[in-house]
Amino acid sequence: MLQIADKTFQSRLFTGTGKFSSSGLMEEALLASGSELVTVALKRVDIHAEEDDILYHLKHPHINLLPNTSGVRNAKEAVFAAQLAREALETNWVKLEIHPDPKYLLPDPIETLKATQELVKLGFAVLPYLHADPVLCKRLEEAGTAALMPLGSPIGSNKGLKTIDFLEIIIEQSKVPVVIDAGIGSPSDAAKAMELGADAVLVNTAIAVSENPVQMAKAFKLAVEAGRMAYEAKLAKPVQHAAASSPLTSFLDE
Amino acid sequence: MSNFREAFDSHDWEQVKESIYAKTAADIESALSSQKRTLEDFKALISPAAATYLEQMAQLSQQITRKRFGHTIQMYVPLYLSNECQNICTYCGFSYDNKMRRKTLTEEEILKEVEAIKKLGYDHVLLVTGEANNTVHIDYFKRALEVIRPHFSHISMEVQPLDQDEYEELIPYGLNTVLVYQETYHKDDYRKHHLKGKKSNFYYRLDTPDRLGKAGIHKIGLGVLIGLEDWRTDSFFTALHLNYLEKTYWQTRYSLSFPRLRPFCGGLAPKVEMTDRELVQLICAYRICNEEVELSLSTRESEKFRNNVIRLGVTSMSAGSKTNPGGYVVEPASLEQFEISDERSPEEIAAMLKSQGYEAVWKDWDRAF
Repeated sequence: MLQIADKTFQSRLFTGTGKFSSSGLMEEALLASGSELVTVALKRVDIHAEEDDILYHLKHPHINLLPNTSGVRNAKEAVFAAQLAREALETNWVKLEIHPDPKYLLPDPIETLKATQELVKLGFAVLPYLHADPVLCKRLEEAGTAALMPLGSPIGSNKGLKTIDFLEIIIEQSKVPVVIDAGIGSPSDAAKAMELGADAVLVNTAIAVSENPVQMAKAFKLAVEAGRMAYEAKLAKPVQHAAASSPLTSFLDE
Repeated sequence: MSNFREAFDSHDWEQVKESIYAKTAADIESALSSQKRTLEDFKALISPAAATYLEQMAQLSQQITRKRFGHTIQMYVPLYLSNECQNICTYCGFSYDNKMRRKTLTEEEILKEVEAIKKLGYDHVLLVTGEANNTVHIDYFKRALEVIRPHFSHISMEVQPLDQDEYEELIPYGLNTVLVYQETYHKDDYRKHHLKGKKSNFYYRLDTPDRLGKAGIHKIGLGVLIGLEDWRTDSFFTALHLNYLEKTYWQTRYSLSFPRLRPFCGGLAPKVEMTDRELVQLICAYRICNEEVELSLSTRESEKFRNNVIRLGVTSMSAGSKTNPGGYVVEPASLEQFEISDERSPEEIAAMLKSQGYEAVWKDWDRAF
């Protein structure tokens, strides 16, 4: 069971709501994934409509909404977007995304830290999207972040865990849950992330753009479970054999 | 902010001990072959069952140490400022009930000792005192640091635990490192060994590294006094403490020492004997599970042991040490804290290191930092 801030999760697969060909298909895929935390872009939700199409399809008791601040370019805009989301969606959880770069949508570390400090003060459970930067992770942890969401590779790229060496350091050092976000392109990437000891993964594009999103969502569900199970069972590693002689410890026998 | 006490209180001594003693060959092989080692792996490597893997552990420990530290050994020397102490501790020569003449160095005497130590070639000094808050207190430390600072690049301190604001006050005076040994993590036995004085407050001591971390000290040294309690269980708690600190005060550096109880005036025989073989096992276990931590070996250990252990994971050592205030020139016959074992001069140690392909490093810090 995974605990983040005040919530516990059975499923370690978090999902997103973008890029599906219809809201109905999105709903079907998310149900197949078993996901209990689904991120939704505030900029896509019509908060004035009685029945927003996306939100309507996410109304399931086991699904928690995680509004994201996608579209903002600095800390100030992010704090405002988070406050809007809190009012509109009645949750103090926020996935903090600040990417001033429109091409690769890479997160701005300085603004992300500033916004996290501010949002924590305002009582938010902050889940920041960030580059796989171990020092930034410790800074965010000190700022009171609820979890860390480092990227595996650029968002939507399906390139997998290009930052693996740094993800390993982040996982080793972290005192809060680590959710690998962005770049996970296949169930095997997700399984690998879980084998490394990630607490969860967030997958959107790889499910939404596949030929069969529902089947792919299920494949990710199984991969995440398998990866976690393998991590808990402790993977066997190749054994290094020592030399037969005892050059370093023979003095103990003298 | 969090505190190590929570993690500590969630572990039961007897259960930890049992789980260490229950480790099997399979656990040790898994620990040796793992890429990311956990505290469970550490338990396996310090377990009795790991004894037959000692050579393999030594090879691995040497490889890892060389990767991170190369062929160098940091040199430091203690400067005992005072042997006054208000504590009654069963294992220490400075114990209050040990009726010997007490001595606290004046500023002039400190300078004389400093000159003698500088002649030995040192640039890193470790200041040591007993725990006598009425005479050896924060103001004394400030004056001592003012006298000492111009002569050394790196100053470490091993004195009574202080409050966070006191550490914050001392850092601008040039304090770089503080060593604070828990002596034992066995709460009940801790009380039996610390009969009187401020040191008898187990949790105040346990919280000291947290206070140091919050004060922003550059380096913290941890350890237990080997001989008071089951060394394997005590070492696990040391590793747990280190693990917590590394994650919490992540900008701080850490070092570990493993002092074995030595004979001293009025002495207590160790409850638990640790053999040379076991000490090698412990050093290698620490190194295999932590590639960054500095491992320190004092002159408590014998010449032969020190000559061989430098290749196995240790990264710093003292030489030519005097463990009494004024021991270098001012008052060589004053009461020493414990008898040293390796009597060689710093020069001789440097030559020994060189013959083994190691460089003795005398300066590794500058006050500009």
